[in-house]
Amino acid sequence: MPVQMVAPKIEVKSTQAQQPLVGQAKVLVRNLDFFYGKFQALHNISIDIPERIVMAFIGPSGCGKSTFLRTLNRMNDVIPATRVGGEVLLDGNDIYAPGTDVVELRRRVGMVFQKSNPFPKSIFDNVAYGLRINRITESSSELVGRVEQALKDAALWNEVKDRLKTSALSLSGGQQQRLCIARALAIRPEVLLMDEPASALDPIATGKIEELIFDLKAQYTIVIVTHNMQQAARVSDTTAFFLLGKLIEVNSTEKMFTAPTEKLTEDYITGRFG
Amino acid sequence: MEMHRHLDDELSSLRDRVLLLGGEAEEALERAMYSLRERDTTVAKQVLKNDDQIDHLEVEIDRQCIDIIALRQPAARDLRFVISVAKMAPVLERIADHACNIARAAIDLNTEPELKPVLDLSRMADHAREMLRNSLDAFTTNDAIKAREIIKSDSEINDLYNHTFHRLIELMVTEPATATRDARLLFVAKHLERIGDYVTDICELTVYMAEAQFIKHTN
Repeated sequence: MPVQMVAPKIEVKSTQAQQPLVGQAKVLVRNLDFFYGKFQALHNISIDIPERIVMAFIGPSGCGKSTFLRTLNRMNDVIPATRVGGEVLLDGNDIYAPGTDVVELRRRVGMVFQKSNPFPKSIFDNVAYGLRINRITESSSELVGRVEQALKDAALWNEVKDRLKTSALSLSGGQQQRLCIARALAIRPEVLLMDEPASALDPIATGKIEELIFDLKAQYTIVIVTHNMQQAARVSDTTAFFLLGKLIEVNSTEKMFTAPTEKLTEDYITGRFG
Repeated sequence: MEMHRHLDDELSSLRDRVLLLGGEAEEALERAMYSLRERDTTVAKQVLKNDDQIDHLEVEIDRQCIDIIALRQPAARDLRFVISVAKMAPVLERIADHACNIARAAIDLNTEPELKPVLDLSRMADHAREMLRNSLDAFTTNDAIKAREIIKSDSEINDLYNHTFHRLIELMVTEPATATRDARLLFVAKHLERIGDYVTDICELTVYMAEAQFIKHTN
């Protein structure tokens, strides 16, 4: 009988008083296995991801945390010879059920990658890209409004509002990453997956991304993979620790970093792993 | 497989310093009570002189804790250890301060005729010293069970204090000429009672360190 790990319901440090204070489960994962060919990368993962919180995935390189993140919006589908078992339920619906509209899924579950990947287009066109190809807006004024709002939500508007037509590639690394977040936010996803979003950034840019994550959780469910445990401690409400493709522990971040339940977790976060 | 961590060396050094501070506090208490019992002003003055070294040790521990937190960013049991030590060092330093106050009382009392011995003061001091020594053992061995037992034993010092308090008040009433000296002994009793409370604080920190449980103010 697999052990089911359920994140505790916790109070969310919401930045907006009118937002709900307690997260409900947004994503439920049940008995998830994942294979690259014959290699099993994930073993029987079960976890609840509550709504409107930040959940951090930590673990050593190769532990499966990024692979698991990518199962949450089927990004692994594009890798040949991969296979998945178990269930990932988004609002109760299995995203791996036959007939699932994967494009729609990825609209609802957006993703930001380790390396910023702006398109070689203008700042405006980068953010407008998803809105245009999904035909989400009905008028150009609506499109402009959505782009502006996404840039504001990504805390980038004040830095780029006077140069929206310039190339996105002219932005600094930190700005490019926030642009990618704005691009993801523009289509108003419900869940935002972030795969080491600040690992290539300097401390100031990292700080801005972390502040942004803190603000965004008032509206979004955020799952972040990070190698930086202090970053996990700073930005997340709950933390999940992975090792060798297994979920070892999921707990409130405060508990995880002061008194983890599992010895393996303690050994990892205190640097005792050899 | 566990690997050697430089942090372990630093934590070990921190533990040694706390034990040194605890040992100094215990010795200060022992010598202060000796000076009171044996009317030895020289020893009392040595206790006061040595207090600077104890203060210095506390500051060193403070600095070391801050350095470890800032530079090593300890987590889990390492973090609990460092936090406990950072909170324990001033408690030990205050115990030494109480020993100094007892030494000062001894210096004053030694200039006046000797009073009849108040036996409970020695018993209180012995018990306080034993509690302190045991609390340092519990800290060293990460022993929350032992720490909880020590906390319970603080009631014995409180009982002795209450008994001493009433005994000295009686003496003040029946022999008003010695009231000033009785009052000094009353303060000594109060210092010993406070030391018992501080040892309780140390044990509560040991429980936190070992079990991540906050038992302070939980009766």
